[in-house]
Amino acid sequence: MIRNSRNSYGWIAIVFHWLSAFVILGMFALGLYMVDLSYYDPWYRDALTLHKSIGVLVAVLIILRLIWKYCNAQVGEIESHRKFAKLQSRLASLAQVAMYLFLFVLFASGYLISTADGRGIDVFNLFMLPSMGEIFDQQSDIAGLVHLYVAWTLISVVSIHALAALYHHFILKDLTLKRMCIPQTEK
Amino acid sequence: MKKLIIVGAIASCLASNMASAANYVIDTKGAHAFINFKIKHLGYSWLHGRFNQFEGEFNYDAKKPNDSAIKLVIDTGSIDSNHAERDKHLRGKDFLNVSKYPKAKFESTDITFNDATKGTVTGNFTLHGVTKTIHFDIQKLGEGSDPWGGYRTGFEGNTKIKLADYGIEYDLGPASTHVDLGLYIEGIRK
Repeated sequence: MIRNSRNSYGWIAIVFHWLSAFVILGMFALGLYMVDLSYYDPWYRDALTLHKSIGVLVAVLIILRLIWKYCNAQVGEIESHRKFAKLQSRLASLAQVAMYLFLFVLFASGYLISTADGRGIDVFNLFMLPSMGEIFDQQSDIAGLVHLYVAWTLISVVSIHALAALYHHFILKDLTLKRMCIPQTEK
Repeated sequence: MKKLIIVGAIASCLASNMASAANYVIDTKGAHAFINFKIKHLGYSWLHGRFNQFEGEFNYDAKKPNDSAIKLVIDTGSIDSNHAERDKHLRGKDFLNVSKYPKAKFESTDITFNDATKGTVTGNFTLHGVTKTIHFDIQKLGEGSDPWGGYRTGFEGNTKIKLADYGIEYDLGPASTHVDLGLYIEGIRK
């Protein structure tokens, strides 16, 4: 129930999944919101501080999540004899790999925006993630563009991923979504 | 049409004459020239910054000071206020919009000296795609041989511009509508 099994996710993986989902969607909204705040808005500074601090913690969360994933049994596909079932399941895995990849691009680009001047990132006044300085020319501008476009790309893939889960649940009526909400008992 | 071409040809001749008449190149290579700015922060303090990359030439002869001229081209993307996040914001659409307006320019139309060192420069300043005629006081600081076989002359000048005049409308508060620009240049005679 805690660990993953061949046909279902355990509680740890489920918590990792939904926690990342909510935090990442929240970070996307916060990111879009903060860049349009006016200079005199009380959130002008705090929104950015929050975004940076949470961002560093999300990076830690995702690394732990991946470690957990590889320390557990691989959850198998749900058997299906539908047409294109194989293709769909390959696309689903591709989307999952893409989401992890885009997340790491976001962590790296976000870090590069803020640290180009040698200043580290202060995480909730708990610790300082040190800067590596300016690694390449126009670092914060280039990293900023990458951060914006990759965030939109990630959220597009997330939307497809979520729609696919709903499709499995409501149209195919299989366990795909259920087993990511409550661990399924072995059959 | 023909007239226009002739006028254009004369104008470009004059322009190239002005350029070739420039007998000093601004020492940006050795970084003995600075374009600084400062703006009030909330009305409580000054925020300082500078443009790290620019180039220019000027013409100056102590015997004919009123024939002087100066031309400067500034890379707006080189703005540096010692804070990566702020500089990114300043380069973005809210302020300089450097991807659309990568260069700011100043070209003098008249320089009049009142005495041996003090004078007034009038010229066209282009920033954020908007060109305005500005004038400001300058001072010659000194001239003479350098220890490495060259000959140098230095000036300083200060002016204040209103950001909204150049289409930069971002609201930084009522105390921060104008920016002070400081020009500190040393030229090496060609």
